Amino acid sequence: MNFLNKNLAESLFRLRMVENEISKRYSYQEMRCPVHLSIGQEAVAVGVCNNLEIEDQVYSTHRCHSHYLAKGGNLQSMISEIYGKKSGCCGGRGGSMHLMDISVGMMLSLPIVASVIPIAVGAAMSKKINKSKTVVVVFFGDAAVEEGVFHESANFASLHNLPILFVCENNRYSCFTDLSERQPSEDLTRLAKSHNIESIKMNGNDVIKVYNQSQKIIKKIKNSSKPFFLQLDTYRYVEHCGPDNDDHLNYRNKNEVKKWLNDDPIENFLKYLKKRKQYDKKKIEVIKNKIAIQIKKSFEFAKNDKFPEVSSLRKNVYAQ
Amino acid sequence: MTSFLKFLRYEKMFMPSKKRIISASQAILEATDQFMKKDGNLVIIGEGINDPKGIFGTTSNLSKKYSKNRVIESPISENGITGIAIGLAINNFKVLLIHQRVEFALLSVEQIFNNAAKSFYVTNGIHKVPLVIRMVIGRGWGQGPAHSQSLETVFSYIPGLKVLIPSSAYDAKGMLISALQDPNPVLIIEHRWFHYVTGNVPKKIYQSDITKPKIISKGKDITVVTSSYNVYEIIFCSEILKKFNINLEIIDLRVLRPLNTKPIIQSVKKTRKLIVFETGNKIYGIGAEIVASILEKYHNVFDSPPSRIGLPDSPTPSTRGLAKVYYPNSIDIMKVIIKKLNLNVEVKKKIINLLKSKLPSHEIDVPNPKFKGPF
Ligand SMILES: Cc1ncc(C[n+]2csc(CCOP(=O)(O)OP(=O)(O)O)c2C)c(N)n1
Ligand SMILES: [Mg+2]
Repeated sequence: MNFLNKNLAESLFRLRMVENEISKRYSYQEMRCPVHLSIGQEAVAVGVCNNLEIEDQVYSTHRCHSHYLAKGGNLQSMISEIYGKKSGCCGGRGGSMHLMDISVGMMLSLPIVASVIPIAVGAAMSKKINKSKTVVVVFFGDAAVEEGVFHESANFASLHNLPILFVCENNRYSCFTDLSERQPSEDLTRLAKSHNIESIKMNGNDVIKVYNQSQKIIKKIKNSSKPFFLQLDTYRYVEHCGPDNDDHLNYRNKNEVKKWLNDDPIENFLKYLKKRKQYDKKKIEVIKNKIAIQIKKSFEFAKNDKFPEVSSLRKNVYAQ
Repeated sequence: MTSFLKFLRYEKMFMPSKKRIISASQAILEATDQFMKKDGNLVIIGEGINDPKGIFGTTSNLSKKYSKNRVIESPISENGITGIAIGLAINNFKVLLIHQRVEFALLSVEQIFNNAAKSFYVTNGIHKVPLVIRMVIGRGWGQGPAHSQSLETVFSYIPGLKVLIPSSAYDAKGMLISALQDPNPVLIIEHRWFHYVTGNVPKKIYQSDITKPKIISKGKDITVVTSSYNVYEIIFCSEILKKFNINLEIIDLRVLRPLNTKPIIQSVKKTRKLIVFETGNKIYGIGAEIVASILEKYHNVFDSPPSRIGLPDSPTPSTRGLAKVYYPNSIDIMKVIIKKLNLNVEVKKKIINLLKSKLPSHEIDVPNPKFKGPF
């Protein structure tokens, strides 16, 4: 396995295994906050973020676990945050929808749909003013383009030629509501076009393709300082919010579910490795074992970690 | 003792004829359904109204009964749909708009404050806006800083809006019917845990009064003004105090705007003591408004300083480690109450001990022990 493939494998498995562990342990009622898992959507975060330097910034939404981990966010701080503990990345104040780790450029995640988009554009503006050769990536779901603020932000980014990559992670659903009930067409790049922003729509479950395509795009953004809109189609495996599968509620077409389960990002990647004769079962096992140990340690740590002191309730309401 | 029992007991006091017991969410659904049937000009709009979970069950199956033009599942566009609702409303439709969290309504504040609230005034009585907006406030399960605020006083600040905050299943239905009959924009504030309240709800269409608070329990010792889920916290304390021959006069505020302080003033004239316990922030809250409007007219009415209980001056933390001190609990509330009374230390201790022995055993971030998250 070459260096890149090893990185991608590590990243993909880390995301999948962490989310599976959260799902498994959620019923113990120690993680007492909403969780929006990214199982099934890993290739989006991994494919894009593996092209980023630490100085490149990422902004995200309620469904931020994958972006946080793919950008290199600290696992222990994430799990502690979800447990509401003191060592969490926000000291337990935010919960799972507010993940951030500024030491690796994972700047901010926000739970209100589209709320983070203009903030990312502001970050891109700061890059432009500072003549920085870095890029801002903002991840958001397919529902975010329905908010007015998406269009206000896209217009501004286009008008000012800002170095920002808009990644629309299209899993077809806003909670239980299918894209066709909310949009006249599944091609969301048309919205970028109307703001004169270059765009591509592609399958987001093929990590190699996502990686290669976003590499080109990110290079281009860095060189030209122009925004880009990338629509990555993908699918979530479990319920919108929570640890379980909810397909018994029948809001998703059975064939559709089947089709996407057969287009699994991890399986796709392993197939790719096999085809290229890069597949090394032992190495994959080593990678997975290493991750499993990290995960176990992080959960143990979070469980035993302290809650923040009650006296800290009103700390940091204002900066000094 | 579970919260459910608390709810049930309150409902018995509230509607003594024990007939049909349903939950507040069922009552809301029934009111909506009956009004949809009765008035072909009523349109419902919201994000997730066609979900299998139907907004706490309050919109379940409506889309199967009525046309797509009247039950509109919305794109995630709060600002837009609020303006669209106003456009329908000034064209002879009635609109019921629903937000699963008050925070989502924040995206539409421009339309609500500038257009819904002011159209009738600015057009000098030409454009009526019969628009009802339901929004959910309140705590639970680590929802955190942007998913659990109680912003009802923000909306109560604006002339032209009516703001209702029901606490019982009876009012859940009756107030919604009254709001839908009203020619003005009416906001209905629902605490997320309010949806689980059960009580007597008549099957027929009926209206609840939406002009004033209601005394739900008579007493001579202290006037306690409260609303929504907090009503049950106060009833819980009140039941314990009765064993010590202390009687609270509990006033369910019900209507935040237009605020009618008459029943409160009458009560305070009798008890000479006042506590206001609100779901939102204490500072700049409804308690401040009530106390000020009493003092403006009757500055001698109190024989002890009035007290306000509300949320402390910080955003809402997600972690239960901090949420437990963020939300006033039964003991905090009881302490404020007994401080107002001339009781000896022994009695105070007994009251607190009895209270402690009756406290529900579940954590403070869930409405009842069966709740398993994540909503
Ligand atoms: C302004 C606003 N409206 C509604 C919501 C409730 N909500 C939370 S997540 C979500 C679905 C968003 O769908 P999408 O953007 O496609 O992201 P996904 O959950 O599919 O990743 C909604 C409607 C919200 N958080 N903010
Ligand atoms: Mg989506």
